[in-house]
Amino acid sequence: MTTLSAELPDATTSEPSLRRFLSGLPGVDQVGAEARAATLATRSIKTTAKAYAIDLAISMIDLTTLEGADTPGKVRALAAKALRPDPTDPTCPAAAAVCVYPDMVSTVRDVVGDRLHVASVATAFPSGRASLDVKLRDTADAVAAGADEIDMVIDRGAFLAGNVRQVLDEIVAVKEACAGAHLKVILETGELVTYDNVRRASWLAMLAGADFIKTSTGKVQPAATLPVTLVMLEAVRDFRRATGRQVGVKAAGGIRSAKDAVRYLVMVNEVAGDDWLHPDWFRFGASSLLNDLLLQRQRIATGAYSGPDYVTLD
Amino acid sequence: MSERFEYAPAPESRAIVDLSTSYGLFIDGEFTAGAADTSFKTINPATEEVLAEVTEAGEKDVDAAVTAARRAYEKAWGPMPGRERAKYLYRIARIVQERNRELAVAESLDNGKPIRESRDVDLPLVAAWFFHYAGWADKLEHAGYGPDPQPVGVSGQVIPWNFPLMMLAWKIAPALACGNTVVLKPAETTPLTALLFAEICQQADLPAGVVNILTGAGATGQALVTHQGVDKVAFTGSTEVGRAIAKSLAGTDKRVTLELGGKAANVVFEDAALDQAVEGIVNGIFFNQGHVCCAGSRLLVQESVHEDVLARLKARMATLRLGDPLDKNTDVGAINSAAQLARIRELSATGDAEGAERWSAPCELPDHGFWFAPTLFTGVSQAHRIAREEIFGPVLSVLTFRTPQEAVAKANNTPYGLSAGVWTEKGSRILWMAERLRAGVVWANTFNKFDPASPFGGYKESGYGREGGRHGLEGYLS
Repeated sequence: MTTLSAELPDATTSEPSLRRFLSGLPGVDQVGAEARAATLATRSIKTTAKAYAIDLAISMIDLTTLEGADTPGKVRALAAKALRPDPTDPTCPAAAAVCVYPDMVSTVRDVVGDRLHVASVATAFPSGRASLDVKLRDTADAVAAGADEIDMVIDRGAFLAGNVRQVLDEIVAVKEACAGAHLKVILETGELVTYDNVRRASWLAMLAGADFIKTSTGKVQPAATLPVTLVMLEAVRDFRRATGRQVGVKAAGGIRSAKDAVRYLVMVNEVAGDDWLHPDWFRFGASSLLNDLLLQRQRIATGAYSGPDYVTLD
Repeated sequence: MSERFEYAPAPESRAIVDLSTSYGLFIDGEFTAGAADTSFKTINPATEEVLAEVTEAGEKDVDAAVTAARRAYEKAWGPMPGRERAKYLYRIARIVQERNRELAVAESLDNGKPIRESRDVDLPLVAAWFFHYAGWADKLEHAGYGPDPQPVGVSGQVIPWNFPLMMLAWKIAPALACGNTVVLKPAETTPLTALLFAEICQQADLPAGVVNILTGAGATGQALVTHQGVDKVAFTGSTEVGRAIAKSLAGTDKRVTLELGGKAANVVFEDAALDQAVEGIVNGIFFNQGHVCCAGSRLLVQESVHEDVLARLKARMATLRLGDPLDKNTDVGAINSAAQLARIRELSATGDAEGAERWSAPCELPDHGFWFAPTLFTGVSQAHRIAREEIFGPVLSVLTFRTPQEAVAKANNTPYGLSAGVWTEKGSRILWMAERLRAGVVWANTFNKFDPASPFGGYKESGYGREGGRHGLEGYLS
């Protein structure tokens, strides 16, 4: 077998060496990790800090719709919202990207031009149960239609069966099919279950060349949680310390309130550090979160809560 | 966005606490002036501002309090059925919960500890202790101390300044549950929450004299523990004072329990969950500014992961937020007193002088008040004073070991034995270590966890007797 990771060549020379490397990573104590996440969630973010965090959170959103019922009309409306989340306030930042299925990519691109990123799920999302050929075609399709970010899913079955090399090879192949588009690797932590698995899958994805590691598809419960994100933030922090390369993190699914979003940003700030507090390095995969952030933003500006009729429904 | 994510100040309101400018002594259910009219000031260690004037109890006051406690013991509390005593304890627990925020703010003002800790750790434990022992009050015959255990009588209790209200709860809850009455002296730098607790006793309609609170310094404590009418002495504090108390009580028929100092080892093996171990190290030594008798003040880390752990630890320490104890985002508050700060500085200086290498978290210290940045020393050997003496401050000594045998030998190589921590993913090694560590509490993959159902106490110079749980009843029953 050839060496696949330029960063840690020894780890990827063979399947056994890769497996040894991953199982040699420090374990995660569940109780301790959850306690740390809970303590960070007690941070009190007020006034100027809150205003800053809300704008930052808006600018980090991958505004997402991944439904069988998606239509060009619905997707166009969402794209318009991502460009101008609050039509009444030009100082409101735009979202980071719009995230859709591959067949909707060109529709989004028509609306946003090059003003926003267009992200597409691919690789037989959400289960990933298809042949590698199909996954690569799916990816190439999305890129050809104009996606500059690809959200792939890992083969959780292969990972849980211990075939870590297969998972790695697949990510490498998809990364190649991305042809320069940013690759976000979805771990689907709700199916990996243990924090040890989350840490190992995070390193596996980073070794394979992921630009981002992402918690969840949003189709499996639990999706993103604070402790899972904590473990992933520790992974990107440690990976940069070991290799010099910075990898981003995307928390997706289940983050609905501004309060939750601020808690994630506190965690990014205190676990990974300041360098990750930027849409290039941290994202929220969300849909309803945006409106709650907008409501809170309006409240800070006007001193009063407006209500759901004062943000757009899309 | 170019600016940084700076947390705006988020202070808890101090308006919720209504402090008097001066406090008397709580004797026989009433606040009364001291016999000698001497007083002292208690200050906020974060600002040095005076919070209140407090009466210094003398021998006459001690006598009056012990007499009141004796009367209450004989007439009211001793004869009262356990289930009736339980009602009072439950009531006190509920009032503590209702006044939780007020008590937390008062504690942080007087002690300097962060509101996050007084709110999320101290106060919940205070209520939990009263609830737990309320449950025991009518079940004492099932506690394993005979078919009809009896109270001891009047209990003289002296508590330290590091967890003022929590130490009060540890002392008063089991004493009252068992049918004893109490004269308690809080530390001279942190008397306020004990005085607020006296108000809670009034609010709960506790019979007069069951709880008496005498403020004062060492002389008051000495007068209390040696008073002829005191049947049982319970002390938490320094080994030095504990030794003096034991000496002065030798040959008397008083029962004594002592919970004294510590120099706990926190042992990190190479297979530990390192990020959580780092959290445990931080919590072990920087919780409550290191003013914790069971603090993990000696880090014993396996040589093979020494550098990795140290890098993670320093990065984590750099995120600790030191400052205003009332700010909800503060992690490290003020040192409790000028005297304690001087002691921390002096012992740290011996670390420098003896050749250890000092590293402090980069944080700005406020201009007023007593502050010490979270600090660690590397290159520490067992012979250094900072590895042997209790610093009682945010100072960690880092030592290394190669094998589990060496870890145990080094961990036990101390005159103390209050607590220890073990960090490893290997269950069998946890049990192996726990069997060999000579410490009253051994925490596995956690640190500084307290529960009213769990006994707590020391080996060797860390004291004798146990507090908490069923074991904590023993000192208060005959």
